[in-house]
Amino acid sequence: MNPFTPSAPTPFASAPGPTVRAVHDEFHGDLLEVSMGPQHPSTHGVFRMVATLDGEQLVKLKPVFGYLHRNHEKIAENTTYLGSMPYTDRLDYLCSMSTNWAYALAVERLAGQAVPERAQYLRIIMAELTRLVNHSCLVGFLFNDLGTSFTPLLYAFREREKIIDLFESLSGSRMMCNYQRFGGCRVDPTPEWLAAAQQLVDNFPRFLDEYERMLTGNEIMLARTQGVGRLDATHAINAGITGPVLRASGVDYDLRKVDAYGFYAQFDFRVPLGAHGDTYDRYMMRILEMRESVKILQQAFKRLPAGPIMDPKAKLRGFRPKAGEAYGRLEGPKGELGFFLISDGSPNPYRYRVRPPSLINLTLLEEMCLGHTIADAVVILGSIDIVLGEVDR
Amino acid sequence: MLGSGIINGLIVTAKNFAGSYHDPERMVTVEYPEQKTVLPENYRNFPFLITENATDPMGTLRCVACQICEKECPPQCIIIEKSKDKKPDATGKLQLYPAIFGIDTSVCMSCQICVEVCPFDAIKMDKVFEIATTDRFQDLFLDRERLAKPNSYYHEIHPVEAAEVDGRLLAERKAAEEKAKVAAAAKAAAAAAKPVVTPPPATP
Amino acid sequence: MSAAALTDSFLERAPLALRDWVVNFLPAPLQWLGHHLITIIAVLAVFGTFFAFTTIAERKLLARLQNRLGPNRSGLPWIKGLTLFGLSQPFADAIKTLTKEDIVPAAADKCLHFLAPVIVVAFSLMTFAVLPFGRHLIPVELDAALLYFFAAGAATELAIFMAGWSSRNKYSLLAAMRALAQLISYELPLILSVVPIVLVTSTLSTQNIVLAQGGWTFGFLPHWFVFTPWGFPAFIIFLVAALAESNRSPFDLPEAESELIAGHLTEYSGFKYALFFMAEYFGLTALSGLGVTLFLGGWQAPIAALQFIPSYAWFMLKLIGMLVFFIWIRGTLLRLRIDQLTRLAWQFLVPLALLNVGNAAFWILTASWSGPLQLIRWAISLAIIVIPFILLGRTLTAGYAPRTYRYAP
Repeated sequence: MNPFTPSAPTPFASAPGPTVRAVHDEFHGDLLEVSMGPQHPSTHGVFRMVATLDGEQLVKLKPVFGYLHRNHEKIAENTTYLGSMPYTDRLDYLCSMSTNWAYALAVERLAGQAVPERAQYLRIIMAELTRLVNHSCLVGFLFNDLGTSFTPLLYAFREREKIIDLFESLSGSRMMCNYQRFGGCRVDPTPEWLAAAQQLVDNFPRFLDEYERMLTGNEIMLARTQGVGRLDATHAINAGITGPVLRASGVDYDLRKVDAYGFYAQFDFRVPLGAHGDTYDRYMMRILEMRESVKILQQAFKRLPAGPIMDPKAKLRGFRPKAGEAYGRLEGPKGELGFFLISDGSPNPYRYRVRPPSLINLTLLEEMCLGHTIADAVVILGSIDIVLGEVDR
Repeated sequence: MLGSGIINGLIVTAKNFAGSYHDPERMVTVEYPEQKTVLPENYRNFPFLITENATDPMGTLRCVACQICEKECPPQCIIIEKSKDKKPDATGKLQLYPAIFGIDTSVCMSCQICVEVCPFDAIKMDKVFEIATTDRFQDLFLDRERLAKPNSYYHEIHPVEAAEVDGRLLAERKAAEEKAKVAAAAKAAAAAAKPVVTPPPATP
Repeated sequence: MSAAALTDSFLERAPLALRDWVVNFLPAPLQWLGHHLITIIAVLAVFGTFFAFTTIAERKLLARLQNRLGPNRSGLPWIKGLTLFGLSQPFADAIKTLTKEDIVPAAADKCLHFLAPVIVVAFSLMTFAVLPFGRHLIPVELDAALLYFFAAGAATELAIFMAGWSSRNKYSLLAAMRALAQLISYELPLILSVVPIVLVTSTLSTQNIVLAQGGWTFGFLPHWFVFTPWGFPAFIIFLVAALAESNRSPFDLPEAESELIAGHLTEYSGFKYALFFMAEYFGLTALSGLGVTLFLGGWQAPIAALQFIPSYAWFMLKLIGMLVFFIWIRGTLLRLRIDQLTRLAWQFLVPLALLNVGNAAFWILTASWSGPLQLIRWAISLAIIVIPFILLGRTLTAGYAPRTYRYAP
């Protein structure tokens, strides 16, 4: 079955979700309403879940967000196109490189700007390194939610640290890279940088193997994640969920293949697909994607051409695209990250809109959590992979 | 068998325990105040203004108060007020200079856009990161005097970039001088030719 | 050296001699009081210090497991540059917690909120009374020492429930419920894992159990109960149940940090929080001490030739070994869910422990078997426990397995 064929429209509320135990039974006492967050150790920032519990079991869960709202879109409409670039770093602060690229992609479409070949390769290298950063962080935090005493998180952070050091030596900043420009990249990596990156990528599978050996086969880990937080393909598609969360439900939808933006069409990589759509599948998607990212990176380092990194026609000052609109999207580590821009010919965009994958993936949190315990809700939230900077904008 | 996954995990952590004593790949900690990492050349923190001459920093600012950075700065943390008079810059050309140039580092997000848009290479990124202060208003607002740092300092912190900038500026200056020479020669020639004949206004 | 000489060697007797020397200064009617007070003070001082260094050891070991350095800065006040590898960290921590503000929620049940930390420390300290720390060092020689130990140990969970209930906080309340569920589930396998030893030694006295493990085959194979086919599974069950009893990872559900913030400790601060922290470590130390006593030969030396080292040193070494193992576990494993926790206890540990009791009974019945029969005895005894372990393990993990994944065409 192709999950994209429009089936009979199922109204979302009445869709058969996880069964919820009836609570009218006289043996069940009162329900307990717990407000988890915005100050809570495992809500990944300032996120709030109003959970209604029957014992330990969730009967209702209301996600509340907006505590980190920073007016991103309105600020961008009052800044120049270039001026919004550093703000996109702060959207998803774990993967600034791919967020930069998504924005640059939208602006380049708007202005009809060409990008030189070397810059395209560099962008792919940065985006895949970012994917490694994001996914290794995610699995670390997921295990923290599962109750380890920081050990897997710190192993993941150790590897992330090495990649972030590379980013720092290239772009000047560890997390807020601000590296992409309309029509290319800002800094050309030196051969030493490339050698260091190559070495890191060569060593990365070793870390992944160790990581998987430590926890993937762990009985407690299997019992805690398998069958928890199921999300079926129809639901996921209807809600617009993208990224590893969607692929864990078995839907083959990866923008690197579908859109083949940048030079991804020239790379040989596979898209892993889950079958159950539970937390374990979502975790494994990340691990398998990291392995594929390593493959992409190896190819990119091998083929990286010489040449300019900026299109000579690209303008830095006084950048005014002609009136029109454009949507640029890419497969971010968290899902489809899109920027929609309308230009009226002025230096500022008339309308600037972000399609944040974190926010849209979060919309089905309640459906995934109902019927599970409060401990599972934390794990399911962790497996969706949200960054509050992007959810609230 | 039940328990094998747990034993595998225990083996991995034991390996890491041993590795933390001898494997620098695993033990990446740097004990900060005593040991310091070498900052990469491209590292950026907050902007500073370049002066040509360390003995007279305010007189030889490269900045000509064009206010492009003020306009482009995304968080709008730069404040510039143009001077009323003009002062000769390093090349001897009369230029405006910033009467007030301030950067509010509590607002600045270190994005480097001011550096990229500056047509005069007058503002660059600093590498100093130990900048904690006790007063969040006075001490975090950097004025002209505290922003100005000599070009030699720029060479010290960003050697490759600074050499490239200096080379470009030198070339530009040379070109400007030659252009001025040519213009002067043309002017002189025109002046010499003037009394003899008055050409009619040239038609384009 | 003969056994009698060893028993009465100076090092072995030194702590007792010191006590008697001090007691002799007191007038005769008060001597019994001095005798007991000195014992109490000694236990408090030794295990208080031991607790302090357990915390720093835990932080350092966990740090190394996680490829960090751990606390290594605190030295002595006013002396610059002296860091002592951070060994004075627990004292700095103690000063910090003592000087912190003690916050009691307005809606809390003030009396219970105050009593809970006191009770939890009191009961966890009481368990030390029956542990034989050395050949002659046992605070109280009770005939029903094991019963006393479990009674006092179970009371600490009650204090946790008090803390969770009285805080008037939803997280604390959930933690209190979890603590009770855990107590009920794990007290049973804990006690059942000890029953085989009581069967074999036919005593409840801890000192006699240690004495029953004396002796060596060929001088280097100690007769500890952990090296028997019924003792080893009992030891493993005991370890798992001890982890659960002392609320440590992977059974740290009552204070599950990622779910319940700090569980029953959410509304505690300052000194009261420190007391809970202390009680947790006292409880862990006491359970480890019991494990050492019951399964690892107590204060007995592992090799006959090493008997010249005083018995209390051996006890402490084994205790440290147990604690390091617990820290290692904590640095590796993740937390179970409450339903899985109870399932593990009732469907796996309790049946296994019960079978193990039968196993021990078989061992006693066949005590007279020798020669080749000895091998058959071992084989049967192993089969009694290994086959159910595999079968029960299979049903417990049914449906859970690592998966293989397909890739998009």
